[in-house]
Amino acid sequence: MSEPVKFHFDVEGDNFSSAGEASVNVKKLLRQLSMDPETIRRVSIAMYEGEINMVIHANGGTADVLLYPDRIRIILADTGPGIADVALAMQEGFSTAKDNVRALGFGAGMGLPNMKRYTDRMEIESEVGKGTTVTMDVFLPGKNA
Amino acid sequence: MTAKELREALALQVLSEPDPDRTVTGGYAGDLLSWVMGRAQSGDAWVTIMTNRNILAVAALADTACVIVAEDSVVEADVTALAVEKGLNLYRSSLTGFDLCCRIGSLLGV
Ligand SMILES: Nc1ncnc2c1ncn2[C@@H]1O[C@H](COP(=O)(O)OP(=O)(O)OP(=O)(O)O)[C@@H](O)[C@H]1O
Ligand SMILES: [Mg+2]
Repeated sequence: MSEPVKFHFDVEGDNFSSAGEASVNVKKLLRQLSMDPETIRRVSIAMYEGEINMVIHANGGTADVLLYPDRIRIILADTGPGIADVALAMQEGFSTAKDNVRALGFGAGMGLPNMKRYTDRMEIESEVGKGTTVTMDVFLPGKNA
Repeated sequence: MTAKELREALALQVLSEPDPDRTVTGGYAGDLLSWVMGRAQSGDAWVTIMTNRNILAVAALADTACVIVAEDSVVEADVTALAVEKGLNLYRSSLTGFDLCCRIGSLLGV
């Protein structure tokens, strides 16, 4: 199988003025590749939530987007504090966001649920004190075998 | 109805209108960004009192037709400039979010 087309981004921690930039760039790139709008929307929403989580909770990280013939894979990796209880973190409304980021509109505890909802597959690997890696797949229409 | 037609009908203040012909198909009200991200539909007029620059990433990615800042909530000049740069319609009104939604609803016939 041929190598996927790959985009790589570094995401800066605690920088709220650039937060979301990688996702906005991915949206642009996918548009240029004439992907269908619903797929673009799903990928960019899921990636945005993961990107913001790395900014807010993990002091930044990296985002990789891989384009396979049948799917788009998003890998968000950080070396932040990790998530002690992933099942709890996945619940709607659960958030450990601090007041300063809540004042900006973050901290509803809806980011991870959105990521789950907008992707076809999502996997969280996390170790407390080591970091978190979230892998998400969005299947291209008509190719979700 | 287009964003510009909606803006005219509601007498909204224009902060940025790079995409006047964008079709408005519905509405969404909310201030918590990931609620909006998860629930707003593409083509919605988004009513909020949040005005920091993160609303623009949400509007771009959720693909809303316009953002309407309610109750004359203060929008900094750099946010307005960024909206122009990103091609996002950004309006402001002295009406409350509730009043805006009522009027948008009757204009759209929902
Ligand atoms: N990359 C990460 N590193 C460490 N903790 C994380 C990470 N991502 C999520 N979490 C934890 O999971 C919780 C839930 O995340 P989720 O994205 O659902 O909500 P939130 O970020 O707190 O608020 P929202 O996304 O609604 O603005 C976070 O509050 C945080 O405790
Ligand atoms: Mg989040």
